Amino acid sequence: MERNNRSVKLLIGLGVVLLILLGRLFYVQIINESYKTNADNNSMTREMIYPPRGVIYDRNGLLLVGNRTCYDIMVTPRLVTELDTLALAEALDTTADFVRERMQYYHNYRSRIGWQTLTFLKQIDADTYMRFAEEQFRFPGFKGQVRTMREYPFNAGGNLLGYTSEVSAEYLAEHPEYRAGDYYGRTGLEAARENELRGKKGWHIYQRDSRGRTKDPYKGGEFDMEAEPGKDIVTTIDARLQQYGQQLMNGKKGSLVAIEPSTGEILTMVSSPGIDVSVLAEFGRHYDRLSRDKNKPLYNRAVSASYPPGSVFKLVNGLVGLEDGVLEPWMQYPCNNGYVYTSSGRKLGCHSHRSPLNLEDAVMMSCNGYFCYVFKNILENPKYANTEEAYDHWREMVMSFGFGRQLGSDFPSELSGNIPSSAFYNRYYRKGHWRFPTIVSLSIGQGEILTTPLQIANLAAIMANRGYYYIPHVVKASDGVEIDPKYYERQYTLVDTLQFPKVIRGMWKAVNAIGEGGTANVGHVPGLNICGKTGTAQNPHGKDNSVFICFAPMDNPKIAVAAYIENAGFGASWACPIATLLIEQYLNGEVSAGRKDLEHRVLNTKLIR
Amino acid sequence: MEQGFLDRGLKKTVDWRLIVVYLIIMLFGWINIYAAVRSGEPSSIFDLSFNCGKQALWIAGAIVIAAMILFVINPFTWESICKPAYGIVLVLLVAVIFLSSNVKGSHSWFELGPVKFQPAELSKITTSLLLSYVMSLPGFKISKWNHLLLALAIVLLPMLVIVAESETGSALVYVGFIFVLYREGLSGWWIALMGIAILLFIVTLKTSWWVSLVLTAVFVVIYLVYYLRRVGSLRFRRAVIRNGILGFVAGVMLVFATDVFFNSVLKDYQRERIEVVLGIKEDLRGVGYNVHQSLIAIGSGGLFGKGYLHGTQTTFGFVPEQSTDFIFCTVGEEWGFVGCLFVIALYGLLIFWLIQDAERARVHFTRIYGYCVAACFFMHLAINIGMTLGLMPVIGIPLPLFSYGGSSLWAFTVLLFIFVALDRQEKKYF
Repeated sequence: MERNNRSVKLLIGLGVVLLILLGRLFYVQIINESYKTNADNNSMTREMIYPPRGVIYDRNGLLLVGNRTCYDIMVTPRLVTELDTLALAEALDTTADFVRERMQYYHNYRSRIGWQTLTFLKQIDADTYMRFAEEQFRFPGFKGQVRTMREYPFNAGGNLLGYTSEVSAEYLAEHPEYRAGDYYGRTGLEAARENELRGKKGWHIYQRDSRGRTKDPYKGGEFDMEAEPGKDIVTTIDARLQQYGQQLMNGKKGSLVAIEPSTGEILTMVSSPGIDVSVLAEFGRHYDRLSRDKNKPLYNRAVSASYPPGSVFKLVNGLVGLEDGVLEPWMQYPCNNGYVYTSSGRKLGCHSHRSPLNLEDAVMMSCNGYFCYVFKNILENPKYANTEEAYDHWREMVMSFGFGRQLGSDFPSELSGNIPSSAFYNRYYRKGHWRFPTIVSLSIGQGEILTTPLQIANLAAIMANRGYYYIPHVVKASDGVEIDPKYYERQYTLVDTLQFPKVIRGMWKAVNAIGEGGTANVGHVPGLNICGKTGTAQNPHGKDNSVFICFAPMDNPKIAVAAYIENAGFGASWACPIATLLIEQYLNGEVSAGRKDLEHRVLNTKLIR
Repeated sequence: MEQGFLDRGLKKTVDWRLIVVYLIIMLFGWINIYAAVRSGEPSSIFDLSFNCGKQALWIAGAIVIAAMILFVINPFTWESICKPAYGIVLVLLVAVIFLSSNVKGSHSWFELGPVKFQPAELSKITTSLLLSYVMSLPGFKISKWNHLLLALAIVLLPMLVIVAESETGSALVYVGFIFVLYREGLSGWWIALMGIAILLFIVTLKTSWWVSLVLTAVFVVIYLVYYLRRVGSLRFRRAVIRNGILGFVAGVMLVFATDVFFNSVLKDYQRERIEVVLGIKEDLRGVGYNVHQSLIAIGSGGLFGKGYLHGTQTTFGFVPEQSTDFIFCTVGEEWGFVGCLFVIALYGLLIFWLIQDAERARVHFTRIYGYCVAACFFMHLAINIGMTLGLMPVIGIPLPLFSYGGSSLWAFTVLLFIFVALDRQEKKYF
């Protein structure tokens, strides 16, 4: 029968293929000797070679994170013939009970363990290991394995650098390329650059003789795999400046961020109170205490906290007004201790100053009333049919400054802050039922606006660059480490470069026009031409937050800084001194004699318990 | 249905041989997954943070699915839903290219929270169903060109989409459907031509183009001599000569296309994998490393293996994809040649009994479907084990029912049990 004939042919084909597979198996398993191991089938032993983790440098080549050699003691229980428990405990600087307990455990699970090599004791320091190594011949089955631990020669950037720890079961489940006992970066840069830092594990395969002693490399090392060291990371951080920033912020709660405007490189990023590098190496031991601290030192406020920006936001509103053509630098508006925005006489208050003011002086003196008029002009611009449309336009302009969205820095856990959408107000007040007076507090950076300290620092960089920024980042491209090309691209705001000098003059006067009522005179450093803007943001949890952004020098700026200090009062009282001291230190390399008292006051005042 | 159930009980209608083999393969796979993933500290086989624990859940699910197909779902359903099912799965196959996350360079996985699945697995089932349906239609004749083209289109459509997903390995399985077409009357020349094409491809790469050309000429001469020696009409002789010339031209084109295909169409890693298998390139640390480690693991097993959980090669993670694609290494190392023989014999029996049942079936749909199932198992078996033994390039497809992975296990369960249910129907009524 023809049909049956075909099924027989197919079955013969099946048989032939199965025979080929079996024949190959027979060859590989029985005939060919090159895949064989010797009689006891356990002649090969592998030694893992752990690559050193890449180290981390600051922008000037100072070592921020280095490596220290330590040893793990490994044991192959099957090879342990006789054991002098006491001697081993002594050699390893541990207790006899510990050794006994481990050996009992290996004995209980001997069938499951088989010929595997397990970790007996972790992270022995080099001295102890040397003692052990001298006597190693007395402990068959035990051997040392080189590992590395993190070391921090410079006390800078605890929160920024992050810490490493042994992989957890959950992490292993998601990352099969790791093995139990491996280390990985948990937070900060260690986590963000894990792929570069970790390197590649390697191994050597040795032949074992019949008594279990390691002899020659197996097949002349043909199957060995060399470890590939992790790549080193060069950060944009200036370690000395970072350290000085940490000292300035000591005892204060908040953030201090400095950016190089011409590149977007973050020079300093302080979150205070933060973690000291001394706890990073053995983070596990400190974790409990740190996680319970009410000041939350583990939390990187610079990117993960969002606050109302306060008066520094007036810069943005002023620029949007200028760009829209609803504000001119010569325009003067009156302010009599505030701005009355409802017919019933509700008033947004302001401090006492001369009136009326033009734009430059309004920036210098941080007049609330003036910027209420500006925001009113923006929202009631006849170009737009209604408040909602005008608001949407304003929001688009504001978001081009990097607010209300993640900046896309290379740092993990960056928050986006919030610039509320018109949809939000439509929900909250009903469509058509909100107008300028309803949201008047946005004029001065209060209300629903939330920004991160990094975004405010970025605003300082935008002012310095007159209209564009580079996405702030902490990793520099270096040998073998690439960074996303987006960090080299200028990000333009929707405000023309020509509008910026009109506002910047006010920023210059705020700091440098002594005796004219500028809010930031305390930050004046002769010769540096710092331009700045203070902010005093309301904080529902107590005293106002003290805010200051600045850049220097005025022409061709080298550094842009934002300081945000929680519950510290006026912008001029703490944020301005801290930010300008940082600038002075960076540009001049020292603090001038005239400002030593100020520095002393900042360094030695603790605002939090 | 009730009547039939009373007349001939479960015992007589269900082919228990298939189910027993199915269970043995699955359970043996499970304990080998445990051996493969266990590292360092001892842990339970049910530990859900490891593949073996999860596999226990997948197996439990698979048994529920199998029971549903066997006892709950009406076996006639399959024939009636095959068209929409094929369409839906095809849409999923295309959608996954755009919606999936990138897993090792291929876009073939849907991720729904913690659950991942590959539509390509489902597509084996729907393709088998539709192919069986179309080919069992009254009046279908594979010797007619348009009918043959329809059957080929059913197979090639999902295959091409899967290639577009960069899952070339999974697509290769579909080549197996040619055996189904052969069983249903396709000329044996097609399989022969395919074999010759593969041979020419290999010879061209291994030696040089002119050796291939000589080989092509030899094949054509053999063909001509074989047929022209016979007595035949002038028309027959003309046709033979025409075929011979066409064959030679096609062979020449193939030889030169090989070069273009190999160097321009294939991706670097695919090219390297083929070069390693053909022995053109020695690469113990890169691509060839996997295969070498795999061979060491299997080779070190010897005749009886090192004993369960006593493998030294596999437990250290030197063999990659230990619990999935390279699970056969664990068998080779810990159970030796005897264990491998056992596993291959299990699959051999499964496929043999599938074909046997298919041949006995009176309903054409059941017979063709049975062949489809057998072909899928066969292709997976040959490619997967061939890969671990260095006979095939490294192609990441699982050993059916054996490798770790829920979507593959469930898909093969469905594939197989639809046949068991159809086959039961046969025995119930006839």
